[in-house]
Amino acid sequence: MAAPLSLHLEFGGGAELLFNSEKKHQVSLPGQAGPWDIRQLLVWIQQNLLKERPELFIQGDTVRPGILVLINDADWELMGQLDYQLQDGDTVVFISTLHGG
Amino acid sequence: MAQALATLREKFKEQEKEIAALREKVAQLEMSKTPAPRPDVKVTPPTSLTAKSSLSNEDIMRYSRQLLLPEFGVKGQINLSKTSVLVVGCGGLGCPLAQYLAAAGVGRLGLIDYDEVELNNLHRQVLHREENQGQAKALSAASAIKSLNSTVQCCPYQLQLSPENALDLIQQYDIVADCSDNVPTRYLVNDACVLSGKPLVSASALRMEGQLTIYNYKGGPCYRCLYPAPPPPDTVTNCSDGGVLGVVPGIMGCLQALEVFKIASGQGSSLHQQLMMFDAQDARFRSIKLRPRQSDCAVCGQNPSVTKLVDYESFCGSAATDKCRKLNLLSRDQRITVQAYKLMLDKAEPHLLLDVRPLVEVDICSLPFSLNIPLSQLEAKNSDDIHLLRERISHLKHQIAGISQPPVFVICKLGNDSQKAVNILEQMSGLQVDSIIVKDICGGLMAWANIVDPSFPQY
Ligand SMILES: [Zn+2]
Repeated sequence: MAAPLSLHLEFGGGAELLFNSEKKHQVSLPGQAGPWDIRQLLVWIQQNLLKERPELFIQGDTVRPGILVLINDADWELMGQLDYQLQDGDTVVFISTLHGG
Repeated sequence: MAQALATLREKFKEQEKEIAALREKVAQLEMSKTPAPRPDVKVTPPTSLTAKSSLSNEDIMRYSRQLLLPEFGVKGQINLSKTSVLVVGCGGLGCPLAQYLAAAGVGRLGLIDYDEVELNNLHRQVLHREENQGQAKALSAASAIKSLNSTVQCCPYQLQLSPENALDLIQQYDIVADCSDNVPTRYLVNDACVLSGKPLVSASALRMEGQLTIYNYKGGPCYRCLYPAPPPPDTVTNCSDGGVLGVVPGIMGCLQALEVFKIASGQGSSLHQQLMMFDAQDARFRSIKLRPRQSDCAVCGQNPSVTKLVDYESFCGSAATDKCRKLNLLSRDQRITVQAYKLMLDKAEPHLLLDVRPLVEVDICSLPFSLNIPLSQLEAKNSDDIHLLRERISHLKHQIAGISQPPVFVICKLGNDSQKAVNILEQMSGLQVDSIIVKDICGGLMAWANIVDPSFPQY
């Protein structure tokens, strides 16, 4: 049984509008048998933070196209994407790409 | 005598009229005359840049402050003067970018924009002037650039960048700066840069945030490596919907100019495989390490499926402009025109007008008799708002005893959100609130301002 995880979540580029316009969220994930990965984090976010219009954030088991996920200031693609195993104190950022000019 | 005098007076009057007409004509011509060169409607190759081997005395005087920098120096200046940069979009990013590159002595600037200068551009598109309203942005920007540095070759293109012209254009330039304002153009510019092997310095801005990256550069990713699939159209917010603080694209356009400058002068960009994000609210920059070029990328990968330019509007499901989309969710009998609504008002027919815009827009302007409940709160079925709505509807019902279903009209800025609200209210009718007849006011408050009340503000 792993101990609870403390995470720093951030939403930006407009993604924060789905989270009550709050950009920064300090969250604690409950302890569970195995380690937490990003796939499970997305489910947790959908159940605990994302109250309405989940389709604007999640598509299938991943984020919708146009949202970039950053784990500790690196593109999640470099970190194993959905399979990345979260560590206590990690920062995970969800950024919606901007198109305006 | 009297007769002659009358004839002369008549003649005098006529001449006066003629002079007035001529004066007006002159004024009109003066308003419409354009000091800038004619835009290239079809893409003709500009004359090639002559490679300077040394700087003239005037160059040395003009650029002395940057020549003193060891990182730049004479070599950097000469390199810059040989470089051509294509600026896609002469808006909030393109204006400061073009301005600084021209001031620094870039060889040639291509300025693309299909749009015309509007009053609501001027807070951020700082090359355009009040007197250039209605003029093509490409021309307005070119004339401002010309007066800043006449030694810069300036090619305005008053056109929409398209799959037909993009490769021809981009092939004539060394570096491309994406300063566009919509998703299809971003994919188009990316693919054209990959196919023609040009580095793409790409910036974007919205509300209080900005992003900057360089694509297709030294083994780094392209736009498609990062975003293989386009975002769903209804998740995309543009500046005319979401707003933007002028200085934010200003900052991003300047940073974009800086990276172009470093590539052009030979130092190379620092943003290789990096994304820089700016949060104006927190005054904070953040740099992110990005993935490298993806071997399975549709355009820059090992087996690309995109080998020529495609139809980007249908790929993205949206138009290549930042103008608002027009939704069509309702049947004709669920909507009324602003004129019909005005007639109803004139007859003082009892009804409820529901304005579903966000509060920040209602603060800008509203119709005084409207009730404001933002669409987001209707969607969330906010209990306070439902309670308020129920009270207003039941009050209305008492007022017009005899009519079983009181009329509710829904309005927003352009008539998109109001249609969504009509659908929600119809579901609520007879359940959470008394049974009502709901109608959308077509085209919203901007149609009201255009057609019914020209004194109503437009934003
Ligand atoms: Zn790619």
